[in-house]
Amino acid sequence: MANIGVLALQGAFIEHEKTLRSLGARAVEVRLPEQLAGLDALIIPGGESTTIGKLAVTFRLLEPLRDFAVHKPVWGTCAGMILLANDIGRDQPLIGVMDIKVDRNAFGRQVDSFETDLTVPELGAAPFHAVFIRAPLVTGVGEHAHVLARLDDGGIVAVRQGHWLATAFHPELTPDDRFHRYFLREVAGLPVLG
Amino acid sequence: MASNNPISGNGAEKGTETLKRGLAQMLKGGVIMDVVTPEHARIAEEAGAVAVMALERVPADIRADGGVARMSDPALIQSIMDAVSIPVMAKCRIGHFVEAQILEAIGVDYIDESEVLTPADEQYHINKHDFNVPFVCGCRNLGEALRRIGEGAAMIRTKGEAGTGDVVEAVRHGRTVLGEIRRLQTMREDEMMTYAKEIGAPYALVKETAELGRMPVVNFAAGGIATPADAALMMQIGVDGVFVGSGIFKSGDPAHRAKAIVEATTHFNDPKIIAEVSRNLGEPMVGINVTSMDDAERIATRGW
Repeated sequence: MANIGVLALQGAFIEHEKTLRSLGARAVEVRLPEQLAGLDALIIPGGESTTIGKLAVTFRLLEPLRDFAVHKPVWGTCAGMILLANDIGRDQPLIGVMDIKVDRNAFGRQVDSFETDLTVPELGAAPFHAVFIRAPLVTGVGEHAHVLARLDDGGIVAVRQGHWLATAFHPELTPDDRFHRYFLREVAGLPVLG
Repeated sequence: MASNNPISGNGAEKGTETLKRGLAQMLKGGVIMDVVTPEHARIAEEAGAVAVMALERVPADIRADGGVARMSDPALIQSIMDAVSIPVMAKCRIGHFVEAQILEAIGVDYIDESEVLTPADEQYHINKHDFNVPFVCGCRNLGEALRRIGEGAAMIRTKGEAGTGDVVEAVRHGRTVLGEIRRLQTMREDEMMTYAKEIGAPYALVKETAELGRMPVVNFAAGGIATPADAALMMQIGVDGVFVGSGIFKSGDPAHRAKAIVEATTHFNDPKIIAEVSRNLGEPMVGINVTSMDDAERIATRGW
């Protein structure tokens, strides 16, 4: 059984854990560096990126998370995408491994949050219904980063770079588990139920 | 609401239940702090708050000053929104849907229809389905929580007794709600309609809560949390996060205490860490012992 860590400093980590368990993986909450030992991959959930970043600094997790990400697959959703980016145009603690430029709260405040259908060729023909909550937007990608999904206006909202995955939206809030399957099977090379 | 921001594509929907409840899901495991100035808001953000509640006076001062407590000046709320990148909440009076319209118009991220302010309507709460902005409401028990959700609340907080620094009412309300949910899960389906009638809650929400084994929206604790241990106590009792009102900026060293409460909320099950962050925090807020209060002074009994 695959051991998938979910960074549990703050945010919607329980939602990711439920989906992971439904896919036959063991979900492990990570709040301290030693809890990264023995994990096959890690998910960084949605939440407040400033809060998660500050707690990661205080509890000396930032360097261990970077070391983990060098060797193991990591997926960040929303706040997790911000933490994986190497440029967010402001001073904030980051893991910073992905060669992407991300703009925080790019769509505005909560009243501008939205749901929409995305075309994601890697997941097949059926559209993926995506939930964007005070969401970030990818405003630039390096040569090794590969765009997986765009909004109708061209805005980049899902990126893969090697064994790192980043989504501006929240697949953990919707019943469609194709992004979780994609991360486990295609990005991490791990077994998936069903 | 009109927006000048990038278009999000054809068929994009805004103001849905998923989006309203979803923002609260992103706040889980976090601390929402009352702030009265942009400077306070920056201290809260720096300490790791997941959101701030913009107010003119913290509940302890509302209590001390007496008189009518209303929605804060939109200019003050706007200055706090401009000061931080985290979500900003603001309070309107119970039933005062025009104050809520104003808060939605200036773009706050969450509205607290709050008993801490003087109620504007003694019969009806706001129909929160009418708004695109999400609402959080207080409760003392499951029936009150599910009535608020029925009206459209996307997040619940147990009321506690605001502005006291005494956690006893937060514990009472947290334990009441979570205990009622546990009892509900032992009921047969044919017992649930009578239970819904007894607690004055919509049947469909009673049934949904029984099936989920939890409330269908995020549930924070509020009202009297003043120390890292108080925050961890509420988390261990089973709430999803905490509001801290007067407890931070009425204490001797707000920045230090705020950070410690954030850390204790994350590591609520780790007594060694809670002990470590609780050291040398300076004076807590003085507080009021709730059991020595007159009933008329109690805020939690407002709302129905």
